[in-house]
Amino acid sequence: MADAFTVRGHTFTSRLLVGTGKFGSHHMMQQAIQASHTDIVTVALRRVGGHESHDNILNYIPEHIHLMPNTSGARSAEEAVRIARMARALGCGTLIKIEVIRDQQYLLPDNQETIKATDILANEGFTVFPYMSPDLMDAKRLVDAGAATVMPLAAPIGSNRGLETKGMIEILIDEIDVPIIVDAGIGKPSEAAEAMELGADAVLVNTAIASSDDSVLMAEAFYHAVIAGRQAYLAKCGAVQRRAVASSPLTGFLRD
Amino acid sequence: MSFMYELEALNEEVLYYYLESITVTDVERIVAKERLTNRDYLALLSPAAGTCLELLAQYAHRKSVQYFGHTIQLFTPLYMANYCDNGCIYCGYSYYSDVERVKLNLSDIEAEGRAIRGTGLEHILLLTGESQRHTPLMYIEAAIRKLSPLFSSVNIEIYSLSKEDYSQLVKAGLDGMTMFQETYNPALYEILHPFGPKRNFKKRIDTPEFACQAGVRTVTIGALMGLDEWRLEAYKTGLHVQYLMKHYPYVDLSVSTPRIRPCAVGYTPNYPLKDRELVQYILALRIAFPRLGITISSRESAYMRDHLVHLGVTKMSAGVSTAVGGHTKETAQGESKQFEISDDRSVHDMARMIRKQGYEPIFKDWQLL
Repeated sequence: MADAFTVRGHTFTSRLLVGTGKFGSHHMMQQAIQASHTDIVTVALRRVGGHESHDNILNYIPEHIHLMPNTSGARSAEEAVRIARMARALGCGTLIKIEVIRDQQYLLPDNQETIKATDILANEGFTVFPYMSPDLMDAKRLVDAGAATVMPLAAPIGSNRGLETKGMIEILIDEIDVPIIVDAGIGKPSEAAEAMELGADAVLVNTAIASSDDSVLMAEAFYHAVIAGRQAYLAKCGAVQRRAVASSPLTGFLRD
Repeated sequence: MSFMYELEALNEEVLYYYLESITVTDVERIVAKERLTNRDYLALLSPAAGTCLELLAQYAHRKSVQYFGHTIQLFTPLYMANYCDNGCIYCGYSYYSDVERVKLNLSDIEAEGRAIRGTGLEHILLLTGESQRHTPLMYIEAAIRKLSPLFSSVNIEIYSLSKEDYSQLVKAGLDGMTMFQETYNPALYEILHPFGPKRNFKKRIDTPEFACQAGVRTVTIGALMGLDEWRLEAYKTGLHVQYLMKHYPYVDLSVSTPRIRPCAVGYTPNYPLKDRELVQYILALRIAFPRLGITISSRESAYMRDHLVHLGVTKMSAGVSTAVGGHTKETAQGESKQFEISDDRSVHDMARMIRKQGYEPIFKDWQLL
């Protein structure tokens, strides 16, 4: 498969991961997932299951798509671990996105607790996708703890503020050996494209799709943007110059 | 540490002067800000802001969709008992009220829980009157233990507890608590609560904080609208929210905005809140505190609730009975109610209404750990 995205032996055809919260209906979410061509979606376990008589969100996720439960609502490593184990017991597989958030105002992740949870869950056989505030040392600790990827935030969850942490993400891309998935804060397809141009391995988008007036069209826009950004990265963008560089150089006639 | 000290430091004259000084131009500038100050929130409660509700509504709607998506979480109350040792002069459960006193036993509570569970709801709010004699902590704890295997989230709205008591209930499976301050005006509070343990204003103010300290995950506060002038009640509620957010950032906070309803004691509110004013309050909360939960109960009419879906509300009750045993015993209806509800639609009908408006009703939004 050309330019496939691989995490610990799992191969994915798309570099766009999609969240399932905030949609006006499960049906709309399903259509947006299809339009995004994603093959990994993340679902908050807190929203999964429950009473048999009402709609189960999992029934709306196409079968071929990899399910990555997340630990939304966890405030400590211990809670994240318990949620992850429940997800596995419910048959949601072993991919897990760890979110440990002790700040309900900005929803910024707690890196220390995330590292602890990663350590425990990786040892239990989970493929761990930890959501984090971009910090090089913490990213290294996550990798040492067994993280399969590192997911730095671009901006606070749901803020649609774009790549506010761009400089830090670039450092992680350069220095961290596991795939970097830019998560949270991406508000526009152009920002997803920019993250991919920088060399991120994938991006995760939820609010920007779910809160737009036409989620399906927006999902498709992100699909194209992520491909464009990835292709630009592979093609290698030209160097940025302060001054103009002529397309037809004046000294091109010189032969020796 | 207590919110009481911040409350005491307020100068109401200055606040009223500020409210009057706000112009429409000020409001237009403030709604477009990314982060609002306390004074900005107060400005959104001003008479001038009341003249541009549509502008506020557009901003509030956008923020709601951004932070909560097109979703409304549903829950229902389970009234376990209505014995009360307080003399609140506006409440149908007040000590002197002629309301029939009832207390469910554990098997009744379980039956009520199963009936509610049968409607698909996963979030439940257990209520009692405020009587430690008739409904002691052990009774509350036993009810939580009985119901927590059935529900994703068990919440309580009972009398004030200590931090240690809340810790005990959290261990039993408690997820959330609601505590209404009723009024943030201490002098009025004293008049409205002539006797009973609830008369202690500061203890009431501190109670949500005790719950936060004890590890209760979701905390809901609010004033009972109609008891005092609404703008200052709304402002002080906002300050209380901000205080709790600052000191307990890991707690999921909500505000409920109940308006006084007719009840057995026939109290007439001195400051009845108009629909426009309730909407202004909700919009101001949403714009100033984008991640705050906002709860609307069945005290509001179906008409109001249908329209509030788009304006920043995140939680609604459904399939409500305010009578003790009202989910299983038809005969219980009427005799033991705390107040008359306005919106008696079933869970099914509420879910259908929410879907019709392009929103997803959320039945389950937590997993008991």
